[in-house]
Amino acid sequence: MKKRSLILWIPLAGYLIFLAIASLGLNREQQTVVESRMIGKEVPGLDLPAAASSRPALSTKDIADGQPRLLNIFASWCVPCIAEAPVLMELAQRGVPIDGVAIRDARGDVDNFLTRHGNPYQRIGLDARSTLQFYMGSSGVPETFVVDGKGVIRYQHIGVIGPQDVDMILKKLREAEA
Amino acid sequence: MTRLLPMLLALMALMPGTLAAQTALPPAPYANRQLDDPAMEAKATALMHSIRCLTCQSQSIADSDASMASDLRSEIRERIAAGEEPEAIRAWLIERYGDWISYKPTADPILWPLWAAPLLLLGAGGVLAYGRMRRRRGNKG
Repeated sequence: MKKRSLILWIPLAGYLIFLAIASLGLNREQQTVVESRMIGKEVPGLDLPAAASSRPALSTKDIADGQPRLLNIFASWCVPCIAEAPVLMELAQRGVPIDGVAIRDARGDVDNFLTRHGNPYQRIGLDARSTLQFYMGSSGVPETFVVDGKGVIRYQHIGVIGPQDVDMILKKLREAEA
Repeated sequence: MTRLLPMLLALMALMPGTLAAQTALPPAPYANRQLDDPAMEAKATALMHSIRCLTCQSQSIADSDASMASDLRSEIRERIAAGEEPEAIRAWLIERYGDWISYKPTADPILWPLWAAPLLLLGAGGVLAYGRMRRRRGNKG
């Protein structure tokens, strides 16, 4: 008889366990950042037309020139990219080669953006339909990839590169030299 | 209501601006247009309903108006039209974004308890029912 009354509590215990797991899950912070699985792999080869009047087009096959560089994904309609622009300018002044990819953009808008916020790019490709983003496992704008001299993706920075990230980015570039 | 009205008007005034800020381009060709072949469109739609939107993470790309979701819908329709299989496209995306991008459950070891749960519950129910029926028959006899 004792044993049976214990068994009767099992469903309630099960329910309480479920409740505990569910409330823990609901209070946990949602995953908002999707990291690329392409780190350690080669940059996919894509030919992108020129996005700006003042810079050549970008063929990602040409990206491997023996020197680590940044591949920055931006857009003229992207507000956080305005905050990132001066930091990219600083990196460019320190001698970091940067290529840009403008997402869903138009040449006139890119030209305006570069005139207003500076142009740290050597080449700028136009990705009118987010294709490069899908190939790279990139999920938003802005994002920046560190690519080594052999064209292998070494690091992905999701979101704005702030002034506090400059040293870290320079370190990642040095690591990519090895 | 009178207090709400100015706020509502302010919100409406803001809206065209935010929409324009999204992107300057019209949607990709097959973002909102079905494929001509119904069988292919069915394949594409089924896949799109099980691919997660990268911008609005609780929606599938079929349900989302985000520009990245539109671009991915067009990419998927064009690939299906070119003869690619839906599962190959899914695998291609998982290779780049991880399992996270797909709503289709996998058979990863971490999910084994989940797959086993219905069988275990059914088994437990069977044992209970069997015990009960035997006891009842015993009482009668």
